[in-house]
Amino acid sequence: MDEGRRVILRSAGATGVLVAALAAGLLKPERALAANWDKSAFRQKTAEDALKSIGAENAEKSSQLMLDVPEIAENGAVVPVEISSHIPGTTSIAVVIDKNPFPLISRFNFMNGALPYVKLNAKMGQSSNVRVIAEANGKHYVAMRSVKVTIGGCGG
Amino acid sequence: MARPMKIRARLVGDYTDIRVLMAHPMETGQRKVKGKLVPAHFIENVTVKVNGKTVVDAQTSQAISRNPVFAFRVKGGAKGDKVEIGWVDNEGETNSLDAAVA
Repeated sequence: MDEGRRVILRSAGATGVLVAALAAGLLKPERALAANWDKSAFRQKTAEDALKSIGAENAEKSSQLMLDVPEIAENGAVVPVEISSHIPGTTSIAVVIDKNPFPLISRFNFMNGALPYVKLNAKMGQSSNVRVIAEANGKHYVAMRSVKVTIGGCGG
Repeated sequence: MARPMKIRARLVGDYTDIRVLMAHPMETGQRKVKGKLVPAHFIENVTVKVNGKTVVDAQTSQAISRNPVFAFRVKGGAKGDKVEIGWVDNEGETNSLDAAVA
């Protein structure tokens, strides 16, 4: 009686492993599709965690990294952000808006002659610091500006 | 898939200025209509190629404004260079367009 129970349990356990393996196999294609989007970094809820997730928690302040944002944004749904890095060897730029629900808003990788420059429009839920992080030669550099928002951007 | 795009690529001195406009709702997933959340729907990846070579590879989130506009710069370039820009959103929808540098 006891022995029979053991056997059933053992076989149930084995089936469980098989099911898990199958599920992992089935999930693979989906994961491969999403590999280009760093979900863990984009879903961090504080600026500190977002910086950590891209390895930039110890970023050095740099005056070579230009960040152009309005001091006061009348409309938080469209806040122009212009970034230009004069740090030699800049290969990527990330944008973090501290007080947004998900602070990391974008990452850009530059290659094959692209200049480390980007201009975009961002949504801001409320007044906040805007940081940009540039990566050059394995080091991270940061520049920060504060933007005052008079109408939030979350209403669309 | 009717989400039009517009590209303008110009030679400006020693670089090529590339501007792109993409029609997309960029829903944050936090907006409510009649008390119901509108599901998140936004562009996750944008790729810019010049003459077939990738120059900018971007990851974007729901916090990019609706109907995103981006400007990029590429060193050098010549009139007639082919600029190709494509995007993929979180629902797997895609679009791409090419234009010649003017």
